[in-house]
Amino acid sequence: MSRTVAVVGASLAGLSAARALREQCYDGRIVVIGDEAHAPYDRPPLSKGFLAGAASLEDIALGAPDDAGLDLDWRLGTTAVGLDRLGRSVLLDDGSEVRADGVVLATGARARRLPGSEGLAGVHVLRSLDDAVALREDLATAGRLVVIGAGFIGAEVASTARTLGLEVTVVETQPVPLAGPLGEHMGAVCAQLHADHGTRLLVGTGVAGLVGTGRVQAVELTDGTRLPADVVVVGIGATPNTEWLADSGLALGNGVLTDAHCATDVPGVVAVGDCAAAWSASGERHVRTEHWTHAFERPATAVATLLGTGGPAQTPVPYFWSDQYGARIQFAGSRREDDVVRVLEGSCADRSFLAVYERHGHPVAVLGMNQPRLFTRWRRQLRAAVLTHS
Amino acid sequence: MIPVCPTTALSPGEAIRVEAAQPIAVFNVDGDFYAIDDTCTHQDASLADGWLDGCAVECPLHASCFDLRTGKVSGPPAKTPVRTHRVVVHGGTIYVQPDTAADGAA
Repeated sequence: MSRTVAVVGASLAGLSAARALREQCYDGRIVVIGDEAHAPYDRPPLSKGFLAGAASLEDIALGAPDDAGLDLDWRLGTTAVGLDRLGRSVLLDDGSEVRADGVVLATGARARRLPGSEGLAGVHVLRSLDDAVALREDLATAGRLVVIGAGFIGAEVASTARTLGLEVTVVETQPVPLAGPLGEHMGAVCAQLHADHGTRLLVGTGVAGLVGTGRVQAVELTDGTRLPADVVVVGIGATPNTEWLADSGLALGNGVLTDAHCATDVPGVVAVGDCAAAWSASGERHVRTEHWTHAFERPATAVATLLGTGGPAQTPVPYFWSDQYGARIQFAGSRREDDVVRVLEGSCADRSFLAVYERHGHPVAVLGMNQPRLFTRWRRQLRAAVLTHS
Repeated sequence: MIPVCPTTALSPGEAIRVEAAQPIAVFNVDGDFYAIDDTCTHQDASLADGWLDGCAVECPLHASCFDLRTGKVSGPPAKTPVRTHRVVVHGGTIYVQPDTAADGAA
C-alpha cells in the first residue's frame, strides 16, 4: 500500500479525493496542495447567493465537522509547479517537493480572460472566492453591468446583478445562448429569462474591445456599438490548469488525458475533475467535464484506481443545474446535435416544463425548468437505463 | 398544529410541502407519515420534491440524503441535519406539530 498520496488541488475534486482515500481505507499520509489560501469552498454559490450577499463564507465552506478525522496534511497557498514522474514527486513554488507513492491531479480549470483586458479596473472573471469578493465590491457601487458571454456563469451573474438593481446587458457571440449544452430550441427558451427580468441580451455579436484607460468605461462590439459599462464580467469558458505538467511526460490534450477509470498514462498518477479529460466509450473521445457533480462523485473512482481496487468503469449520467432569475434549470444526460427534443410536461411559456431529448426514440437526456420533482424521476430513469445498457 | 391534508390525498411514496415560516415536508412511507424541514441544509431546494427511498429522502438538487426518522444526514454533500416534526393523524386528516424548541432557536 502507498505511504504518501499527494492530492494536487484543494477544491471539490481534491477534497472529495482525500475523503475517498479514507473511505476506501487508505491509512497513509495524505498531502493536499492548493494554490488558493482559503480552505476548500463551494464554487456554485459564487455567482448566486454569495455574490448577492445572501450566503456567507461559512455557508459555502466545503469542510465538514468530522473532517479533522481525515488527518490531512494541508499545503494551502502553495502552487504545484511540476511533477517528476520518475521520482514521483510534486514540485512546489516555494522550492520544496512532496515525494509521493501516488498522485491525484485535481488542479481544476481557470476562467478564460479577454485578451487586452489586463490591468483594466472594473473587468472581472468569476471563478474563485477572491474573484467573487472583488466583483461583489465593484457591483455595490456600479450602475451598469455588461456581461460578455451568455453561458451559465454569465446568465447567473446577470441574474444576480438584476436583483442588486443594476442595469444589465449580456453580449453573446453565438446566435443562440446555451445552444452547445441544451440545443438551439431549449437554449432559446432559457435565454428568454433575460428579457423576462429586464436584462438586455444581444446575440450574434462579438466584442471588438474594451474602452477605457485605467478603468473600463464601455464595451465596443464588432458592429461598432458602444455599451457604456461601470463593470464588465467576462464569462467565456474555462481552461484546464495543466501547464505545470508540460514537462511531466503525461499525455495532455484538453486536460490531462485519462482512461475511463481516471488513470493517466503514468502509473500511480490519476486525474479527476475539471483538469481531466476522461475517455468516453460512447463518445469515442476524451471528454473534459466541468460539472460540480462530476467533481464530487468521480474522485471515488480515481482513488479506487490509484489504490488498485477499482471495479468496472461506471458510465455516469452527467448532471448540472443553474439558478437564474428565480428559475431552476436542471439537465441530465448526454445530448447530441441531432437528438429530438420535446416538452412532456408544462410549457416553455410558463417557464415551468420538462423536456426530453430522444435519439432513435429512446430518451438520452432530460431538461427541467422549475420541475425538480419530475426531473428527479427522469434523471433516475436515465441512470437506470445507462446501467442496464453498460 | 398545522392541518396538512386528508390521509387519502398523500399516497405511499408521495410527499407534500407545508407552507410555514420554515416550510415542512410531509412524507408517506408505506402508510407511515414523517415530517422534516422542507429546505435542504446544503443549498436551497425543497426536499418534498426529492426522491423517496425507504425512510430516506434524496435532495433533488445535489442528492444529499436525510433520514426521515431522525433528520440526520445519511448522504453528503449536506453536513447539517434537518429538524423532524411530529405528525398526528386525526379524523382522517394529517397534522404536523412543528418542533417548537427548534422554532424558538431559529
